Amino acid sequence: MFERALAGDRKYWGLVVVLLAIVCTGFIAYLWQLKMGLRITGMSRDVSWGFYIAQFTYLVGIAASAVMLVLPYYLHNYKAFGRITILGEFLAVAAVSMCVMFILVDLGKPMRVLNVLLHPTPNSVLFWDMVVLSGYFLLNIVIGWTVLEAEKNTAPPPSWVKPLIYLSIPWAPCIHIVTAFLYAGLPGRGFWLTAIMAPRFLVSAFASGPALLILLAMILKKFTKFDAGTKPIQTLATIVTYCIIINVLFVFFEVFTVFYSQIPEHMRHFEYLFAGIAGYGKLVPWMWVSMIGMITASILLVIPAVRRNHATLALACVMVIVTTWIDKGLGLITGGFVPNPFDRITEYWPTTLELLISAGVWAAGFLILTILYKIAVSIKEELG
Amino acid sequence: MPEEKKEIINSLKDTGFYKPGKIYDPGYIIAGIVIFIILAALPFLYNAGKAAKMPEPKLDTPEILQLSEAERVCVLPKQEMRENHMVLLNEWRDQVVREGNREYTGYTGKKYTVSLQNTCMECHSNYDEFCNECHRYTVQTPVCWNCHLQKPKEWAR
Amino acid sequence: MKTVDEKTVTMNRRKFLEITGVSTIVGLLGGWGLVELLAPGELEATYLPKKEALVAKRWAMLIDMKKITEQSAKKCITVCHRIHNVPDVGDPKREIKWIWLEHFANAFPGDEHEHMPERIEEERFFVMCNHCDNPPCVRVCPTKATWQRGDGIIMMDQHRCIGCRYCMAACPFGARGFNWGDYRFLIKDRNPEYPTREKGVVEKCNFCAERLAKGRIPACVEESEGAMVFGDLMDSQSELRKIMREQYTIRRKPYLGTNPQVYYMV
Repeated sequence: MFERALAGDRKYWGLVVVLLAIVCTGFIAYLWQLKMGLRITGMSRDVSWGFYIAQFTYLVGIAASAVMLVLPYYLHNYKAFGRITILGEFLAVAAVSMCVMFILVDLGKPMRVLNVLLHPTPNSVLFWDMVVLSGYFLLNIVIGWTVLEAEKNTAPPPSWVKPLIYLSIPWAPCIHIVTAFLYAGLPGRGFWLTAIMAPRFLVSAFASGPALLILLAMILKKFTKFDAGTKPIQTLATIVTYCIIINVLFVFFEVFTVFYSQIPEHMRHFEYLFAGIAGYGKLVPWMWVSMIGMITASILLVIPAVRRNHATLALACVMVIVTTWIDKGLGLITGGFVPNPFDRITEYWPTTLELLISAGVWAAGFLILTILYKIAVSIKEELG
Repeated sequence: MPEEKKEIINSLKDTGFYKPGKIYDPGYIIAGIVIFIILAALPFLYNAGKAAKMPEPKLDTPEILQLSEAERVCVLPKQEMRENHMVLLNEWRDQVVREGNREYTGYTGKKYTVSLQNTCMECHSNYDEFCNECHRYTVQTPVCWNCHLQKPKEWAR
Repeated sequence: MKTVDEKTVTMNRRKFLEITGVSTIVGLLGGWGLVELLAPGELEATYLPKKEALVAKRWAMLIDMKKITEQSAKKCITVCHRIHNVPDVGDPKREIKWIWLEHFANAFPGDEHEHMPERIEEERFFVMCNHCDNPPCVRVCPTKATWQRGDGIIMMDQHRCIGCRYCMAACPFGARGFNWGDYRFLIKDRNPEYPTREKGVVEKCNFCAERLAKGRIPACVEESEGAMVFGDLMDSQSELRKIMREQYTIRRKPYLGTNPQVYYMV
């Protein structure tokens, strides 16, 4: 099947070359980071996790969202998703690959990463995150590849994939729940210490992931002969709508508890993110754009006409992706670290090199996605 | 040839992708083989005629010389140290850091403080002529020295 | 009759084998037990703690803020950082420190109020790793690079640390520092007896584990001229416990349940 990734038109190769160029740039920047240490990033004693870990968190959500296609198709026999479950599974594979790369570039001693396996530590959430992420990666690549191969041979998929598919359904939310537990179980970080962290992660993931899938399906329709069809896109749009509304609600729940209780250790982080403290407020405009954008997108998506029109739907999807990305990919990590345990402010902003390395990882992920989608689409095109 | 195999080959011929006995793109294939051979041979060509000098780790530091003949022993017999000092050092590392055991009884019964920096380098104060001599020869770059001091005495000055 | 006889014979032989088998196993186990009894842990005897090592069931530290001056505090800090080869990074964002000073409002956020004695408001408190009895940093470490010893000390194995910095996120006391770059060349007064750290690993106060092993109390306690007391919390006769019985002591953020083991008298 892989040979289908080696034959493509100019546009395909153009995309591959552009992505490869970004990967190479990022890799060179990473070599520099290996030499100089993490001091080339904007991270500090107080904000000891930054852009890398934030991207990781966001992408775990994207990966988990594949379940939004798999579950209706396999558990509810919702046939409309049959054609596009592969898009979800391969998106999950690409997203988990990016997660792993973001963790690797964040490590101070990446060559020692196998210590996690050499000295397995079940009391560490990070250990379990490694377990669920690698498991999820294997599940999706095996399921996606096998089912696609069966489809190519116009034969039913082998019977052993069925149990794997059923296993992948509860596994998907698990990866994001465990990732939320990374943060939600830490004493003394008031911003993260909230039981709604995991549910919030899940709904924002089930909003942003399907929104990205809608955009990807639209792109595929424009540039290839693969048409996902209107019905699955509309169903996905409904999922996005519900989830983004619930996400806004969850933020409101959080804000209520924090501000009505008036406990400073929980309030200070929100104050920093949305108002700034003592003149420090790099993230304030971003957070407001995120909140206002999220609410606007919710209102837009509720309107049936907006959802039905593909242009406005695409716009709403972009808004959902960008606003949830700001929320998780910028605000969440920094917001948890500021103010620090001494109630002092140390601000964080990623450096150019940090952004270059991150771009390299994103490009590597999209390269994986491009290749996997090329294979899937070529087979679907052949079958007609 | 069994009937089945013939059938498969015939069906392949039908597709037009398979012609028995034909090498496709011979230019690419031969060029590829040549490039591979050159790449594989490169390290050998690069080092040809340059025999590396046998390492001769020096044991003549002032600290060792000032010991009497009977006292000139290491924690384990010479041959064992030569072959397995890295295993012993890893063991020392875990015993000190993780178990808190800082006293080691050598094979002669003598007691040593478990420390690379303060015990090993005390006698072998000539890092370059002792450690590095063999490490260079075997192309080893131990990570010990990323933190531990090669020449604690000089460092102290 | 004959068949019955044969049966009995075979039964007997089987029984014999069973008995000999079981007794051999018992004998072997017994023999092993005897060896263990006469020479316990013969194999491990090549490695032992030093005889002069200070031991305790649960180490803890007490800091009498009334006895500490800014000057004596500086001395403690300098000595600690010198003997542990702690680099002087300069940049407060990236610095590494094992023990340092913080104002009351920063060390005990939430405990301060507007009408406190000026002395306490102005005073700067010693802060360091609290060697918590219920340490979140140990809970989160994915490689056991940081762990709790039997005597309560939270150790850090820089050989094993992968630099994920999860422990830094978990520590509610900001006690941990990371080697963001190669800081070895920034070490001013070098101690040849202690190693340095390379880039990419986390470090923090170790309650002077390397000194305790040689029978010496932590360096800061030694330098503090009686303002700091180090001792066994489980030993009711220790000086530490004697003072704690008479004086009211506080700890940083006790409500988080980490059970910090650095006590303050204000």
